Amino acid sequence: MLLSCKETTRLVSLGLDRELAFGERVALRVHFAICLGCRRAGRQMHFLRRAVRELSGREFPG
Amino acid sequence: MATSDEFRKQLEALRPYLLRYASLQLRDAAAAEDAVQEALVAALAGEASFAGRANLRTWLTGILKHKIVDAIRRQAREPVASAEADEEVGDVDEVFTERGHWTERPAAWGNPDGALEQSQFFRALEMCLERLPSRTARAFMMREHLGFETGEICKELSITPTHCWVMLYRARMTLRECLQQTWFGK
Repeated sequence: MLLSCKETTRLVSLGLDRELAFGERVALRVHFAICLGCRRAGRQMHFLRRAVRELSGREFPG
Repeated sequence: MATSDEFRKQLEALRPYLLRYASLQLRDAAAAEDAVQEALVAALAGEASFAGRANLRTWLTGILKHKIVDAIRRQAREPVASAEADEEVGDVDEVFTERGHWTERPAAWGNPDGALEQSQFFRALEMCLERLPSRTARAFMMREHLGFETGEICKELSITPTHCWVMLYRARMTLRECLQQTWFGK
């Protein structure tokens, strides 16, 4: 299964909400191998999760 | 008790911060006020349990978080106004061509975790969150900040799992774009 970038970002997002099936994970990996934009967007969505978890969790001087 | 007066003052000083935090998640001024009020009352009653802890704000945020979850569960039992149910999310389609390719390839964010050390970054993130439509924002905050499972979010918002996933997807894509514009692209 070959994914478009749009489908890929959807699947990345879905993977943050439920476990992906084996086929879905493979399809993601195949697309990531050839697409820098989706690799970046994927990392950025994972980063967003870390950032929102930390919201109000940190103390900043001043 | 003199210490209680002092304690009350310290709590009151944090009220604006607490309101902002609650509004971000509840998207309803009255509900946010109520949750903050409940948290402050609980905090006053629990002054003893705070004694000796390092940080008042962190302690208070923890109490408020529970009140927010309670408020969300309470609201879920009330019928959703149809106008609100129909409110929809901005489309993410414009970042893709018709064939589903990026119209513009996402830029690199370098080592984004460095941003987590900066209070200014969190202000930028809050501003991006405020721009989301309220139901989308609520679903997103329930998932990513409060740690609800998607199944529970669907139930609380009376939507199907597919709708829920689409909302979360759009929230992530919109926030990614917003942070690119307001923070990482600067």
